[in-house]
Amino acid sequence: MEHNIWIYLLVMAAVSYLIRMAPLVLIRKEITNKYLRSFLFYVPYATLAVMTFPAIMEATRVPVAGLLALIAGIILAWKGCSLFQVAVLCCAVAFVVELLPFF
Amino acid sequence: MTTENKICFQHGMRDGSPIALGYFAVAFTLGIAARNAGLSAIQALIASVLNNASAGEYAGFALIAAGSSYLEMAVMTLVVNARYLLMSCALSQKLKPDTPLRHRMTIAYDVTDEIFGICVAQPGYLNPWYAYGAIVVAIPGWAFGTFFGVIMGNVLPTRLVSALSVGLYGMFLAIIIPPARKNRVIAGVVAVGFAASYLVNRLPLFNGLSTGIKTIALTASLALLAAVLFPTDTKSSAQALDSENAPHSP
Repeated sequence: MEHNIWIYLLVMAAVSYLIRMAPLVLIRKEITNKYLRSFLFYVPYATLAVMTFPAIMEATRVPVAGLLALIAGIILAWKGCSLFQVAVLCCAVAFVVELLPFF
Repeated sequence: MTTENKICFQHGMRDGSPIALGYFAVAFTLGIAARNAGLSAIQALIASVLNNASAGEYAGFALIAAGSSYLEMAVMTLVVNARYLLMSCALSQKLKPDTPLRHRMTIAYDVTDEIFGICVAQPGYLNPWYAYGAIVVAIPGWAFGTFFGVIMGNVLPTRLVSALSVGLYGMFLAIIIPPARKNRVIAGVVAVGFAASYLVNRLPLFNGLSTGIKTIALTASLALLAAVLFPTDTKSSAQALDSENAPHSP
C-alpha cells in the first residue's frame, strides 16, 4: 500500500500534541497528595539527568570530548554560571578537545 | 500584554536563544535523516514545526522510510514521546490553578526537554508568557535547522555540528546542577540518574529497549523512589524551589 507523507506527518503531529496537551488541560488543580506531588517534583531532575548521560558522549565524534564537556558543565553550573554561559562553554570544550591531535 | 508579561516574555526570549542555537545544530542532523527518508525540505520543516521532538521525529522518519502503517506511526510516536506526558503532568503543577484553557493549550504545543527545563526552573508559578518568549525564538532554530539539514546535507563541518550538539546537554546541566547544590535529594537523584542511565545504556540486557522507553522507565522509577524515600514537605512543588534556588532568576 502506498503511503502519503503528509498523512504520516499529520499522525505524528496529532499524537505529539495530544500527549502534551492532555495533562495540562485535565490537571487543573494543585495536586494535594504528598507522594504524587513529590514524584512530579523529582521528575524533571530525574529525566534531565537520565537524558544527559551517557548521551553527551554519543553526541560528539570522540566520547572523551563529551565527557570533558560534561565535567566542565557540572563545574560551571555549580559555580553559578548562567544557562547560556554553561551551554556555550560546553560547546567550546568539546570543540577544543576534538581539535587535539591525539583524539 | 501587561508590563509583567512583557518582562517575562523577554526573559523567555533570552533563555530561549541558547536553546535555539542548540536546536539548530541538532535539527540539522535531523534534516539529514529526513532527506534520507525521502522528505522534501518543506515537509521536513513542517514536521519540525508540528512535532518539536528530536527522538520522536527521528523515529517517525525511520518509519516513513520503511513504509510502515499509520497505526504503527501513531503507536511509535506515543511511545517515543511518552516522556512529554510526564513532563506535562509536572508542568501542570507549575501553572496557577486558574490559568485559562487557551494558555494551557498553547504551552502544550512546545513542551520539549529544553523548554520544559527552563520553565520548571522558574521561581514560583510559571508565567505562560515566559514560555512563549522561549518558544518564539526556539522554534525557528528547530524548524530551519531541519530545513537546512535537508538542503545542505553535509556542508557544515562535522566538527562544528559535533561541538554544537553538546550545547543542549550543557543547558540541562545548568538546570539541574544549581538546585542539586542546594538540595541533597536532588543531588542524589541526579547522581543516581547518571549512573543508572549509563548502566541501562551499556548492559546488553537492555539492548532491546528503545531510548524513549529507557528514559521513561528510568525517570519514573527514580522519581518514584525519591518520592517514597524523601517526600517533599513544602506546600506545593511549584514553590518548593524558591527564587534563591532558581538557577537563573532575573
